[in-house]
Amino acid sequence: MTQTNFRAGPDANGLFGSFGGRYVAETLMPLVLDLAREYEAAKADPKFLDELAYFQRDYIGRPNPLYFAERLTEHCGGAKIFFKREELNHTGAHKVNNCIGQVLLAKRMGKKRLIAETGAGMHGVATATVAARFGLPCVIYMGATDIERQQANVFRMKLLGAEIVPVTAGTGTLKDAMNEALRDWVTNVDDTFYLIGTVAGPHPYPAMVRDFQSIIGKETRAQLQEKEGRLPDSLVACVGGGSNAMGLFHEFLDEPSVQIIGVEAGGHGVDTDKHAASLNGGVPGVLHGNRTYLLQDDDGQITDAHSISAGLDYPGIGPEHAHLHEVKRVEYVSITDDQALDAFHASCRLEGIIPALESAHALAEAMRRAPTLPKDHLMVVCLSGRGDKDMHTVMNHMAAQEKLA
Amino acid sequence: MSRLEQRFADLKAEGRSALVTFITAGDPGYDASLAILKGLPDAGADVIELGMPFTDPMADGVAIQLATLRALEAGQNLAKTLQMVREFRVGNQTTPIVLMGYYNPIHRFGAERFVAEAKEAGVDGLIIVDLPPEHDAELAEPAHAVGIDFIRLTTPTTDDARLPRVLQRSSGFVYYVSVAGVTGAGSATSENVRDAITRLRRHTNLPISVGFGIRTPEQAAAIAKLADGVVVGSALVDKIAQAKDADQAVRDVLDLCSALAEGVRAARA
Repeated sequence: MTQTNFRAGPDANGLFGSFGGRYVAETLMPLVLDLAREYEAAKADPKFLDELAYFQRDYIGRPNPLYFAERLTEHCGGAKIFFKREELNHTGAHKVNNCIGQVLLAKRMGKKRLIAETGAGMHGVATATVAARFGLPCVIYMGATDIERQQANVFRMKLLGAEIVPVTAGTGTLKDAMNEALRDWVTNVDDTFYLIGTVAGPHPYPAMVRDFQSIIGKETRAQLQEKEGRLPDSLVACVGGGSNAMGLFHEFLDEPSVQIIGVEAGGHGVDTDKHAASLNGGVPGVLHGNRTYLLQDDDGQITDAHSISAGLDYPGIGPEHAHLHEVKRVEYVSITDDQALDAFHASCRLEGIIPALESAHALAEAMRRAPTLPKDHLMVVCLSGRGDKDMHTVMNHMAAQEKLA
Repeated sequence: MSRLEQRFADLKAEGRSALVTFITAGDPGYDASLAILKGLPDAGADVIELGMPFTDPMADGVAIQLATLRALEAGQNLAKTLQMVREFRVGNQTTPIVLMGYYNPIHRFGAERFVAEAKEAGVDGLIIVDLPPEHDAELAEPAHAVGIDFIRLTTPTTDDARLPRVLQRSSGFVYYVSVAGVTGAGSATSENVRDAITRLRRHTNLPISVGFGIRTPEQAAAIAKLADGVVVGSALVDKIAQAKDADQAVRDVLDLCSALAEGVRAARA
């Protein structure tokens, strides 16, 4: 690999190669352009950056540890596996890294109201949290199907004072919640800030969310340097929209020795029609403001995604991932529901860490690779969230398995 | 002169505004939708916007979302929408048809192939909600190259600094979205619309059609006094939702169209 400018994107039009862009209705165009201007200004303002650093440290609890997963490493018998402990952040996932950044921007722009979409509810909880902290009213759009399977997070959001709007359109999952949030934004253009939870949407969201999440990779580099005196050999992270993955990967994109692996949700398998693997099972298209890989039929209609993990249950992927896939800088693989569940249990039993089902996809891929790698291979897995929210799903799944047995 | 230019020029000579009607292609099914399409000119529609169904219509309100779902469930796709236009053109060479929708189905179809087939089928213009001028190279330019008009939405948020860019490759007419919001929701006051048209007039000589939230003959008449065209969509589509069968859907849509046309014609400027 000779190219070393993978961190250069996006260009002025918000494009990573041919992906990204600003495919939104005209009503939103002036807002999106305004947001890009304000974000550029904020990024260069030491006061904004100081405030961000303050909340990252004292509110989120950063830096979180880079933890040597000793028993999992022994179990696999190969690569030395480290967990980047994003699940130890306030609210229990990486999502809050981005929410803190965006709420500070919303405040700077004088916005009076936050809206957000959520799938598993982690982004909804993180948004409701920062809304409470900064005294802003907040409306969370959540698919009716997801509300059903993520009751605990729904209750958390309510406790934090957010209004939850169930979305029954379409399949009642993340993409439908995003449609509904966009409809809200187009209606409330004057005072509302749309806090997108992943590295997708119209420019500048993919780049802005990545920037707010890139602290994951920056800390990882420093922490591994301190522990092992060198760069990691490989990085593994799960990818739905792909914000925890971009956050870990971005720092290392121009380090040719670092192998980077993104893990899509394979559902029942990418050879079935029940998966959420946009790169491995989709084709390029335009949805939700950006050009990227999408699950769609021959007529360009978006097809339903499936994953046991609500947070990966989305028929698209962030445009920067689509680009990194096409230029082959990052390898994207898929892990099935069953493989993710096996890894989930392994992490519980071997490390005493209950991971989110999303993160369990990354763990499964790490466990698949580690045994084939030498003992001095340093592998970092992003443990993007904790699994408390998934108790219900795992319980149901285990009960179903017992019935089968 | 394109069919759209001709139609607006003729109406200007008559001294009245155009009734622009929106229906979703394939709603509630192909045959009934084609019957509606064929009946609209006689019911007083001057320009027809034909919606291309898409699973994720994020700028549309509930009425058009449901219309889209009905059409998709009935098996509508982009090829069939073009076929509907072909069948319409067998008996009508004068009423302009503008296809309206989202970019992804066209992206999947292939933009070059799409504009070629649309031209051949008898399509006069395109309104693509999620393709701002920043992405003109993808579809607006190929469309112009084959002689299809590219109609822009301008909105209350499109300020004077941005308008020239939005209007740069606009042709046919300009569609003023009178409220910030989704289709079918809310409606602007006559005063707001008058101000907006005055502002737009400083930037363009194209006919200006106004839409969003216009449901009744009275509302249509009020807008017709101000604008070159009045767009009605959700109210027509609601008639299909409320009908007990396809025949009633056809009848009720055309009846409402006739009533709207009377309103528009009565508002002769």
